[in-house]
Amino acid sequence: MSDRKYRIQEKTENTMARTQALEVQEKKEQVSKEEKTVPARYFIPNTDIYETEDALTVIMEVPGVVKQAIEVSVENDVVRVEARIDPGKYEGFEPVYTEYNIGHFARSFTLSNKIDQQEISAQLGDGVLTLTLKKAKAAMPRQIAVN
Amino acid sequence: MAMLFSDPFDSLLSFQQALDTFRASNWLGASPSASGTYPPLNVFRKGDDLVLIAEVPGIRKKDLQVQVKGNTVRIAGTKAVQYGDNNAVHRRERLAGRFDRAISVPVEIDADKVQAECRDGMLALFLPRAERDKPKSIPVG
Repeated sequence: MSDRKYRIQEKTENTMARTQALEVQEKKEQVSKEEKTVPARYFIPNTDIYETEDALTVIMEVPGVVKQAIEVSVENDVVRVEARIDPGKYEGFEPVYTEYNIGHFARSFTLSNKIDQQEISAQLGDGVLTLTLKKAKAAMPRQIAVN
Repeated sequence: MAMLFSDPFDSLLSFQQALDTFRASNWLGASPSASGTYPPLNVFRKGDDLVLIAEVPGIRKKDLQVQVKGNTVRIAGTKAVQYGDNNAVHRRERLAGRFDRAISVPVEIDADKVQAECRDGMLALFLPRAERDKPKSIPVG
């Protein structure tokens, strides 16, 4: 009951948020357990995750990243995305006023569903990466007809 | 009780004072009509000119509006996040909504030569400094 109440509350909050003006979301820097050989800053991209009957959709905001600089891997039920920006674009630019940090993006999720490794598709548009991870056939709900 | 029968001249005087402070202050003055802090932006200097770069992931070009007047740049638009039907939402971090922001830069901009570029969720505005605003070099004779 309390869980349901909480959900309803969350829903109203979301609809409220949609009518409001956009606010700046702070870029969170990634604190990784593993270290990188190259000293670079990594940020956690804002991510939406949806699940439909046959697939899991992961949508990430990776502004400034080109298609070629994105790496997506699924290993041991962990989907990992690494998106690198090109710092060379800022060469010759002298910062005079800054509001956000510049760095690469990385994030990984442990999947709770079995994913068909062969059927992962990725799309990039306007700085938004959309991953579609098709669920493995065995994990899909099976309709059983009652005779 | 004393509050009820305050001196009318006293209240008129304080009203006058409040009005004067309001007029003398920078607050609520003739500022651009836009408000808000989205999108976050960085301003760089390149030679004489300024480059303004904003992160606008998920915003289509046609939903962006850029205006320049004098030394003020206005960026407005809408960010839409599509939610499909029949979806179980596990995580929702991306925000959607309208935004309208204006900033003033400390140099005068040549509005006719401003270039705007939007690629991969980044908006870049090239703001060339107006010729008449550039400092003149005076040779020491």
